[in-house]
Amino acid sequence: MAKKTTDKTHMFDKPKNVQRVVRTLVGICVALFIADFVVHRHVLHPWEHVWGFYALYGFVACVLLVLLAKEMRKVVMRKEDYYDVDD
Amino acid sequence: MWMTELPAFIPFFIGALLAALTRGWLRAVLMLAVPVAGGLHLLSVDGDVQLHWQFLGYTLTPYRVDRLSLLFGYLFHIAAFIAIVFSLHVRDSLQHVAGMIYAGSALGAVFAGDLLTLFVFWELLALSSVMLIWARRTPRATGAGMRYLIIQVLSGVLLLAGALLHLRTSGSLAFDYIGLQGAAAWLIFLAFGIKCAFPLLHNWLTDAYPEATPTGTVFLSAFTTKVAVYALARAFPGTEILVYIGAIMTCFPIFYAVIENDLRRVLAYSMINQIGFMVCGIGIGTALAVNGAVAHAFNDVLFKGLLFMSMGAVLHLTGRMNGSDLGGLYKSMPITTTFCIVGAASISAFPLFSGFVSKSMVMSAALLEGYPGVWLMLLFASAGVFHHAGIKIPFFAFFAHDSGIRVTEPPRNMLIAMGIAAVLCVLIGCYPTLLYQLLPFGVDYTPYDSTHVLAQLQLLFFSALAFAWLKLSGLYPPELHSTNLDAEWLYRRVLPQSWHRLIAVLRPIDTFVRRGTRRRVSEFISGMFRHHGPQGVLARTWPTGSMVLWVAMLLAVYVLFHYLQ
Repeated sequence: MAKKTTDKTHMFDKPKNVQRVVRTLVGICVALFIADFVVHRHVLHPWEHVWGFYALYGFVACVLLVLLAKEMRKVVMRKEDYYDVDD
Repeated sequence: MWMTELPAFIPFFIGALLAALTRGWLRAVLMLAVPVAGGLHLLSVDGDVQLHWQFLGYTLTPYRVDRLSLLFGYLFHIAAFIAIVFSLHVRDSLQHVAGMIYAGSALGAVFAGDLLTLFVFWELLALSSVMLIWARRTPRATGAGMRYLIIQVLSGVLLLAGALLHLRTSGSLAFDYIGLQGAAAWLIFLAFGIKCAFPLLHNWLTDAYPEATPTGTVFLSAFTTKVAVYALARAFPGTEILVYIGAIMTCFPIFYAVIENDLRRVLAYSMINQIGFMVCGIGIGTALAVNGAVAHAFNDVLFKGLLFMSMGAVLHLTGRMNGSDLGGLYKSMPITTTFCIVGAASISAFPLFSGFVSKSMVMSAALLEGYPGVWLMLLFASAGVFHHAGIKIPFFAFFAHDSGIRVTEPPRNMLIAMGIAAVLCVLIGCYPTLLYQLLPFGVDYTPYDSTHVLAQLQLLFFSALAFAWLKLSGLYPPELHSTNLDAEWLYRRVLPQSWHRLIAVLRPIDTFVRRGTRRRVSEFISGMFRHHGPQGVLARTWPTGSMVLWVAMLLAVYVLFHYLQ
């Protein structure tokens, strides 16, 4: 079954490839942000009119989510066998 | 056999019996034949069907087919087929038989036309599904299964109480629109809520699903909660409180999902998040919203099943499920990785994948019906689900740091099952009309316009950008071996501990009272012994002579009084 071996290098073993992925992601994000100014949209709510609303919301939501969850760990995190042992 | 009125659960129960009696390839063929034959049979059902049965003077409807139940009927046949294919390599009769009964019970529940029939299948769902947890045969699974069973049976008891009360007040057992009025309705609502994993009632799901067998979780993820969603859509559409319950369900689990290490538990939390979208849609109650809710239930079974299958494959091969112990598996499991990414893209609602065509219906309905606050919560949850299920699951299992684990691809049946689910995810995403034409209400909705697609792509790509930034800057919390406290803490820790403390306080009082009582009793007994025992005054034997003397004395006194008178 599971065994540890050294084998050939794969795609993401090279930091250059990881960098490429990140750069592509940034490129797509910039393009999508610009698209907001170009594409005419039919919106249901005034907030959607704000340029970059979805982009900013997505980014801020995720950063907040992760940072809050990290803080939450201070309150809720216990040892893995917390429920298995009586204290 | 091909009569229209053949209830859909019967082939599955027969299949369970046959699976118990056969072995090897014969069992495999029989088990696969059941959902195929049942599904074809269901396709031949034309229009609404109702089967009535008189029982103790009440009219029961054990089989009722309409557009809503038919959609779930198709879905459960597809889900059962995929789950059976995925579990074919397993050599464990218990799991096969339990899986068949479980799928059959789910079908029985969605085609139930009265509350009593619903109750019977409701409990059968609990009893059969717990076997898939216990089949893991570990102490943790045994404990989690027991807690799961207690909560599920409690839900059934509430349903029965609600049904009987409903019968008393309304005189009917029919399982139709109930609405949230009166004690009976609240009891039924609560019963559905437990199975639907409402906030604070949700921990049975995150407790038990990750402890089930790798193949068992695939069954579990398909049926129980979706039966509950169906039940809510049937009995409580347009109930406003559901909008807010659903919105909370979409938001709070994603925080837990971000810090959870067990990847199947991450999926369990993400499941509550997805059910939140459905509950919210049912609460809004318009044709668009309810269509969106049931369409999302349909898609969720497929993509969540696919994600649970990919994680099941990883667990099957590596024996590990913690994000901290995995990583780099794309090198040895490229096909599984691809399937997992398809599931991740679908749950994240990427355009051209299935989640997009259903989730957007609920979100549009929230805006159209004037719930902008709820809409913002759903939008937050959409970004969050991409973060924890769309990125975290594939990233920590298959990419991230190389854990050094080298395995092979899973058995062929597992790959085929994942392949079927992946194809369906993409097919529904590209041709949404395939699903839309099955929905209970007429659909006038186009998911693919520039507004929707651009907005969704912006939301998702900027979420991905946030993940990349947090990860590269080291702000992203590491995967840690841990337990995160949730509502279950109340019944797994606080209640037992309070009980022990209460016992500790009561014990000295109890000892004092017992000791005192024992002393009184022994004093009483020794007192009795002193007076009535062999040496006691009252038990002494008197000589006959003295008796005669005393009688003579009495007579003398008597005579004396007589003369004095």
